[in-house]
Amino acid sequence: MKLNDLINHTSEWLKGTGPNADIVISSRIRLARNLDKVPFPHWADKKQREESLATIRTSLEKSGYLNKAVLLELKDLDNVDKQFLIERHLISLEHAKSQDSKAIFIDEEEILSIMINEEDHLRIQVMQSGLNLFEAWNIINTIDDALGKELSFAYSADWGYLTACPTNTGTGMRGSVMLHLPALVFSRQMNRVLAAIAKLQFTSRGFYGEGTEASGNFFQISNQVSLGHNEEEMILNINGLIRQIVEQEEAGRRALLTQDRVMLEDKIWRGLGTLKSAHIISSQETIELLSLIRLGCDLQIIKNIDRRTINELFILTQPAHLQKLEGKKLSSEERDLKRAELIRNKLRAMSF
Amino acid sequence: MLCDICGKNAATVHLTEIIDDQITELHLCENCAREKSVQMEQQFGLADLLAGLAEFGTPKEEKDVVKVKCANCGLSFEDFKKIGRLGCSECYITFKRYLGPLLKRIHGSSQHTGKSPVKVGKVVKKKSNLEQLHNKLQRAIEKEEFEEAARIRDQIKELEKKGNHET
Repeated sequence: MKLNDLINHTSEWLKGTGPNADIVISSRIRLARNLDKVPFPHWADKKQREESLATIRTSLEKSGYLNKAVLLELKDLDNVDKQFLIERHLISLEHAKSQDSKAIFIDEEEILSIMINEEDHLRIQVMQSGLNLFEAWNIINTIDDALGKELSFAYSADWGYLTACPTNTGTGMRGSVMLHLPALVFSRQMNRVLAAIAKLQFTSRGFYGEGTEASGNFFQISNQVSLGHNEEEMILNINGLIRQIVEQEEAGRRALLTQDRVMLEDKIWRGLGTLKSAHIISSQETIELLSLIRLGCDLQIIKNIDRRTINELFILTQPAHLQKLEGKKLSSEERDLKRAELIRNKLRAMSF
Repeated sequence: MLCDICGKNAATVHLTEIIDDQITELHLCENCAREKSVQMEQQFGLADLLAGLAEFGTPKEEKDVVKVKCANCGLSFEDFKKIGRLGCSECYITFKRYLGPLLKRIHGSSQHTGKSPVKVGKVVKKKSNLEQLHNKLQRAIEKEEFEEAARIRDQIKELEKKGNHET
């Protein structure tokens, strides 16, 4: 498997399947793990970081996980490659920044990925489509145990897994759910929802995680506290919160249909019209309009267009993906042209 | 807008404080802000927040702690306060006294109850279960929940009996 194989493949989290897939795009669980007594990546010297990477590489080989996967060192990737991995939610912005002894492990299905030498020695991540946190937990728990047989993880009976930043100490777990909440945004209820989320010690981020703004009505909600409850309890908590938000969004969508149907339909059809005819389009406009089209599909206003195609367009229209598809570097202006062309072609293939 | 404290200079630092449901906004000039907190001088990031919390957990007479270094990796408590990250797993032992209150402040708890690594022996697990139960017992007694306390006491006895049998 090679990095460029990914472009022709739909990531697991974009498949548009699983429970509540109309509102919940994807579920993700990540575990922070460190090697016992070995300096954390930010505090280690180059030699120590290289050794950590080698140790982890060996354990991945022994566990058999490398057979249907790829392990890439960040130093071998160019900027487009790195941006490509960020767009697919496989690496963080921080991981892409400096490249000393950093690596990324990706399995064929893009369900499992492991960042090596990010803030912690290992950041293991499992992604699923729809609201599927428990399935994600089952998968990642098995992988964690398999790696734990090979590696000595930093752990204390009192404080659990020991991490570089004390905000992750304990389970080292963060569960995140990506939600599409256009009805709550249109009805101006999102501030109320976000305030409630913060009170319950959860946090909301944009489409690309830490430090990004909400766009396209996407919100990524995750737990902040990692110590004091066990993993299942934490997942139950997130799941309960997400279910409530999903119910609110559903109620909001019903209200839109009964009270503002004509306005809503007008907005959605105009959006589709723009996407089908534009010759120059920015990624920001694209994500906003695709969000409308996705709502149109969920509400059966637009038929004959499937969720997966729209999900794929969210990713394929991103800057690095466009450049990978073209196989060369593109300027911002060139990308706006290519993006419009790609969307027209994809949508033309469907009848409305 | 003028500074809320001195009322002379233009306010360039804006603070929003949320305590329970009360939101207070404070507009300060740079001088007053610096006086109010040294940390306001620069961008107020996560490291600063953590450092602030850590500071809060350090009794005044024990300020020498900043000089203490982790024997395994050489990180000092001062380094931790600056970067907001620890140096290695041993730092958790070196700075145990100060990290306990900090963890409690961040997470609302300082007792792990989740999974443990495969390699960690059963002994540690049993010990941690016992410790947890003792903590629970203490809390129940403090809250005068005596029925609950009696239940926990029986659990402890049982666990200790099991431990004795196996050794």
